[in-house]
Amino acid sequence: MAAKAPGRWMVVAVPYLWLLVLFLVPFLIVFKISLSQDAIAQPPYEPVFDLAAGWDAFKEAFSQLSFDNYAYVLSWDNEFIEAYGSSLWIAGISTLLLLIVGYPIAYGMARAPKSVRPTLLMLVILPFWTSFLIRVYAWIGILSPEGLLNQLLFALGLIDEPLQILATDTAVYIGIVYSYLPFMILPLYSTLEKMDETLLEAAADLGCPPIAAFWKITWPLSLPGVLAGCLLCFIPAVGEFVIPDLLGGSDTMMIGKVLWTEFSVNRSWTVSSAVAVLLLLVLVVPIVFYQNVQAKEMEGR
Amino acid sequence: MSTGVTEKTQTTIGGIRRKFAPWTDPAAVPLIRYENVSKRFGEFTAVDNLSLDIYEREFFALLGPSGCGKTTLMRMLAGFEDPTEGRITLAGQDLVGMPPYKRQTNMMFQSYALFPHMSVWDNIAFGLKQDKMEKGAIAARVDEMLKLVKLEKFAKRKPHQLSGGQRQRVALARSLAKAPKVLLLDEPLGALDKKLREETQFELMDLQMKLGMTFLIVTHDQEEAMTVADRIAVMNHGKLVQVAPPAVIYEQPNSRYVADFVGDVNIIEAKIEAIEPGNVSLYTAVGGGAKLSIAQNVEAKPGDAAFVAIRPEKVRVDLEPPAWQEANCLRGEVWDIGYLGDLSIYHVELEGGVRIKAAKPNLTRMVERPITWEDKVWVSWTPDSGVVLTS
Repeated sequence: MAAKAPGRWMVVAVPYLWLLVLFLVPFLIVFKISLSQDAIAQPPYEPVFDLAAGWDAFKEAFSQLSFDNYAYVLSWDNEFIEAYGSSLWIAGISTLLLLIVGYPIAYGMARAPKSVRPTLLMLVILPFWTSFLIRVYAWIGILSPEGLLNQLLFALGLIDEPLQILATDTAVYIGIVYSYLPFMILPLYSTLEKMDETLLEAAADLGCPPIAAFWKITWPLSLPGVLAGCLLCFIPAVGEFVIPDLLGGSDTMMIGKVLWTEFSVNRSWTVSSAVAVLLLLVLVVPIVFYQNVQAKEMEGR
Repeated sequence: MSTGVTEKTQTTIGGIRRKFAPWTDPAAVPLIRYENVSKRFGEFTAVDNLSLDIYEREFFALLGPSGCGKTTLMRMLAGFEDPTEGRITLAGQDLVGMPPYKRQTNMMFQSYALFPHMSVWDNIAFGLKQDKMEKGAIAARVDEMLKLVKLEKFAKRKPHQLSGGQRQRVALARSLAKAPKVLLLDEPLGALDKKLREETQFELMDLQMKLGMTFLIVTHDQEEAMTVADRIAVMNHGKLVQVAPPAVIYEQPNSRYVADFVGDVNIIEAKIEAIEPGNVSLYTAVGGGAKLSIAQNVEAKPGDAAFVAIRPEKVRVDLEPPAWQEANCLRGEVWDIGYLGDLSIYHVELEGGVRIKAAKPNLTRMVERPITWEDKVWVSWTPDSGVVLTS
């Protein structure tokens, strides 16, 4: 036991070391910047910790740190809270749409003949082979007033003037649902595929018609997959920057976009760091919730 | 005398077990009727133009090797498969095309198919809730079922918190809760260990008698079918080979297939020499050439080839030629002895190379047996213990 311990310790240490160096340290740097003040300097904030300057200088620098940036971000006068709220709202609606679109697809895949399932799975993953950015740009070509969609609707005689979809929230929803769909389908598929089909036979045998059997058996048993899919989509969607920037309009408020503006246009590293730290806090809540549920699930077995 | 031995034996044997044999009563109306039912999956014929009547309160077993169509036959009754041809009726009602959730049959699945997200109580209540039963009545019925299978203390547990035997009982309670016209049992005891399986077989029989319900069981385990069933249907390649009470299946098999599938059997090739009412004389070339005599009626004529089937426990092994009978005595040499504790199985190689098995109960604690390896012996049996088979 004791002889084995060092080897085991090293195996455990690798992921922790990875997280420490590539996640915790950068996070602490960002957190430190968020407590600093903007300055016209290189880097554009102060104080800067200079270990060479000695202990007193360090203490002096430390005392200059403050939570002013957080107060600024969280004040109602500025638009940050609105952007957070709007991000959560857009991500929430998108996740719901993803579930509505993804569930039937995953269900169909799980019930398809075993021989075609690998092909279907491949088709779901296939879009990843093209750059994400290019796929989002392609939607501009589809949704723009002279785009493919409007041309098609014209040709069918369904509309007289072009629909304004691009640069609206609708375009953002379309973009998010399109881009994130595989992340919803895959966890759903894996839970639905594992489900024992004789359970549905048993339900039918006991007098339960198919639609009722879906809600009483299939749906509750697929909840772990539903939850995993929703979180996999919701969490990155909240911080999404590319899709609202390319497809959304000027009034589409998402925190990723606000953060980018703060960083690159206003050149405020400190405020954008505070925005990022707060965003992380907002997202940690659902992650912790998810892990809790997962732990319970494991206990169940 | 014209009724023959077979029929007489059949009524006697049927009567010994239970005084219940509606299949012998021409006025009895069957509860379940399969009429010329066929089921094909693409090229494969699972059930082949099969007709079968099952009566109310009967414990009926479908027995056969895997792929013989027994499960398909049951699933067509439950409604999970529809017959390609033919008609299935339950209590006079045509079932073909009726979805499973409208049928008055309930099934206990081989995998139990318990709903993993529901407690034992909710699993049992599931079927009752579908009937829009009143809440108090559901609770009363579920409690009754829990008591029946002795699981009152486990009502709140989830299936994964139960042992295999307990899960099996939950599945049974769930399928009994709606008091179906027919309870279908698909290899219900397959997942249990031998001891528990034997116990449960008797529990099942008890339950069936107590509830007065019709049970249809599918199994590949011949001992299980023999133990529980009133009648057994032996199936092969989608057809019924023989349908009869267990004792008839064992003692009067109608073919080599049934004789071989149910229990252990020696089969000897022979030729019919003479047929009298109640007796068949045959000649076999094995064992140095011998006359065989079997007390039975047979539909054949002298000169036809036939087989004599004899169960190992009915074969005697002696060092001296049996003086008390002329027929059914064959010469051989002990080739191997299997000691099983309660029995010793003597494998005797007859002159001509055919091997025959004889089971001798070890009635005393004696360690040295008088007959041992390579002894020259005589095997023999009485005329009323063998069976002549023509197919």
